[in-house]
Amino acid sequence: MSKRRKRLILAFGIVGIAAVALALTLTALKSTVAYFYTPSDLRELSSPPAGLIRLGGLVAPGSVKFGDDESAAVNFIIRDETAETPVSYEGILPDLFREGQGVVVQGRLQHGRLIASEVLAKHDENYMPKEVADALKEQGRWKEGQSL
Amino acid sequence: MAFDLANPQRFEKLAARLVPLLTIASGVTALFGLYMALFDSPADYQQGDSVRIMYVHVPAAWMALLCYSTMAIASAIGFIFKHPLADVAAKSAAPIGAAFTFLALVTGSLWGKPMWGTWWAWDARLTSVLILFFLYIGYIALWNAIDDKIRAARLAAIVCLVGFINIPIIKFSVDWWNSLHQPASVLRAGGPTIHGSMLTPLILMGAAYALGFAALLLVSMRGELAERRIARLEQTARAPSRATVA
Repeated sequence: MSKRRKRLILAFGIVGIAAVALALTLTALKSTVAYFYTPSDLRELSSPPAGLIRLGGLVAPGSVKFGDDESAAVNFIIRDETAETPVSYEGILPDLFREGQGVVVQGRLQHGRLIASEVLAKHDENYMPKEVADALKEQGRWKEGQSL
Repeated sequence: MAFDLANPQRFEKLAARLVPLLTIASGVTALFGLYMALFDSPADYQQGDSVRIMYVHVPAAWMALLCYSTMAIASAIGFIFKHPLADVAAKSAAPIGAAFTFLALVTGSLWGKPMWGTWWAWDARLTSVLILFFLYIGYIALWNAIDDKIRAARLAAIVCLVGFINIPIIKFSVDWWNSLHQPASVLRAGGPTIHGSMLTPLILMGAAYALGFAALLLVSMRGELAERRIARLEQTARAPSRATVA
């Protein structure tokens, strides 16, 4: 076997072994690498997670209720296709926060309600001018939150 | 060697001719791209004018991946075929890639604050790009830590090839895990989800960045080759009887 051939095998061997090692690590970490739980993830857990967690999903339309004028408190529901979780938060909301928007909130679970200390807005992979978005919605060809 | 370009003298000649062309092409494309991005493209239906950060951020992130892939290919060629020009290419691409990665991280942070509500989140995409940045830094440090160029090239190539595993992870991190970062909009199954009026300036900016990367890479490679020539000449001048051609 020529030296060059040996080096070729070595180079591919290095990448191959690194890939396998990494695949195993990532499989083991699958759930911990995820940035947030979804409401259905929470429902499927046998015991609700203690401590700080992140929850991601869509703000359920019609669920956003602001508190009295004095406080910045807000209650809303985060939902995915099959489950929903109520959330309470007091603080400044990001610009993109609105009903139907994808959000990630961080906080603690108390009796099935998430008491949030931070609210982050997600935006989706669609980029288009407002007129196009309106036209697509009007024609019923697209709904917000859907991939184009 | 079979490739014409692998001959350093031929490479010198070609690079000297290409650098001004690539620089001008990159500058002109960037000018058009920036004008379109900042003045002649619509605001986003959700993000408003903040979407314009995309035209600087996304191509920088593409380049971060492209530079590293270039390094990995050059490293593999250098490692297997022991070709010094490939080593030079890999070494020269690293600082450029690190700069693009830094730009992607900074502009991403500036974009994240108004849109997501945070400068930084430890989600899979952001974290894997930060690791890419550290890989670049480690790779550069390794080259500088070893004086013997041949040994440095071999070790750096191994580190680069191991680190290459990170590239598909970055690309697919947004599909494999729940992340704060949005999924891919351009290179995805089912076609782009960016409206044409926004896609054109984005592609123009991507082309400008890529041309700029090519120009910088050639300049940097010529510098490295000149440095090696000087080192060889100094060696010859110091010990004329034991002159070796490296």
